[in-house]
Amino acid sequence: MLNGYGATIVEGAWLTLTLALSSMAVAILLGLIGAAFRLSPVRWLALLGEAYATVIRGIPDLVLILLIFYGGQDLVNRVAPLLGYDDYIDLNPFASGVFTLGFIFGAYLSETFRGAFMAIPRGQGEAGAAYGMSGLQVFFRILVPQMIRLAIPGFTNNWLVLTKATALISVVGLQDMMFKAKNAADATREPFTFYLAVAALYLVLTSVSLLALRYLEKRYSAGIKTAEL
Amino acid sequence: MIFDYNVIWENLPLYLGGVLVTLKLLAISLALGLLAAIPLALMRVSRQPAVNLPAWLYTYVIRGTPMLVQLFLIYYGLAQFPAIRDSVLWPYLSNATFCACLAFAVNTSAYTAEILAGSLKATPHGEIEAAKAMGMSRGKLYRRILLPSALRRALPQYSNEVIMMLHTTSLASIVTLIDITGAARTVSSQYYLPFEAYITAGAFYLCLTFVLVRLFKRAERRWLAYLAPRKA
Repeated sequence: MLNGYGATIVEGAWLTLTLALSSMAVAILLGLIGAAFRLSPVRWLALLGEAYATVIRGIPDLVLILLIFYGGQDLVNRVAPLLGYDDYIDLNPFASGVFTLGFIFGAYLSETFRGAFMAIPRGQGEAGAAYGMSGLQVFFRILVPQMIRLAIPGFTNNWLVLTKATALISVVGLQDMMFKAKNAADATREPFTFYLAVAALYLVLTSVSLLALRYLEKRYSAGIKTAEL
Repeated sequence: MIFDYNVIWENLPLYLGGVLVTLKLLAISLALGLLAAIPLALMRVSRQPAVNLPAWLYTYVIRGTPMLVQLFLIYYGLAQFPAIRDSVLWPYLSNATFCACLAFAVNTSAYTAEILAGSLKATPHGEIEAAKAMGMSRGKLYRRILLPSALRRALPQYSNEVIMMLHTTSLASIVTLIDITGAARTVSSQYYLPFEAYITAGAFYLCLTFVLVRLFKRAERRWLAYLAPRKA
């Protein structure tokens, strides 16, 4: 299939998927930390969280990717000699990609999580405390299950944007399916065929995600009344 | 000092030229995209499957695939077909600026169409009933009631789309254009100063984002004043 390039592209698709999933894990972690910072009563923490969300969301993904990939590598090697480390440090491209995308989408998710958190009536947390639950128990038993339901729509959106943003990582040389397609296109001089194949694979990925997350939303909304207009 | 900003100062004209290219790409693709989005949105709110389905498919496919893939399909992909290479359109389709604008316009038209369709569907039904009671025809109903109010109510969401598009235009640097990102890439490779070069590009985008947010806030105050919460 595809002049024998089918297998390499599927291999690339696998990398795209692992990249997207790992980045999302990092993004969720950073998003939760970011949301906690922004909701924190400590002023400088709140400001720090706010700055993270605003600055990252104000700069294109591509520029951030180039900045962290090339600029980060460059910076590490400028700083390391000052600390007495003289060998050239090569950052692992996959790890850098995961960190970069996670860092970018953590900012977007912090906004989603903050919104979800604020949408839960205060009385519920207070009721939990009145039952004698500790802060962590209130968080995991009362807030998280409801936050998930409220955050799913925003999360779905971010996941889809993140999946599509993985294509940009090919620009810095990570061998995802876009990168493999470019190689195949250059070798066979049939760019349209290969980019169309990649487009189809992305469409499958986004469609499956959409269905799965819609199902999840239904599950988590069980027992929630919706008013019919 | 581990940072070297002299080079950035010397290359400021390159960045400023990049700002112009970015703004030009943004303006052209937004204008074309909005123009295409209005009929698409009208198709998306139609109850006839034959009208609704093609528009749904278009927005679904465009929104489900990465912008980079769409750009490569148009810029590199179309050259695969001799019929296109021999056609009268080839001088345009081999031009990077044209292809970038086309790809961006196609992309934003799909997102904008969905925003407008959502806004059209959210029209209070009393307004439509009133228009019908006044004896307006379908065309008049759309022209006088539905579109003006739907376009206004779409403003907050559309501002997000415009900012997304500003960020999307950075992909033009991948197809050789010297926009802000392109300028940064040039500086980065000429002087091997990637950190300074891209930080500067980021600062430019951040400024443009803030300016756009401000402009839309103003536009909302002007056109959505009647929806603002009443002052106590």
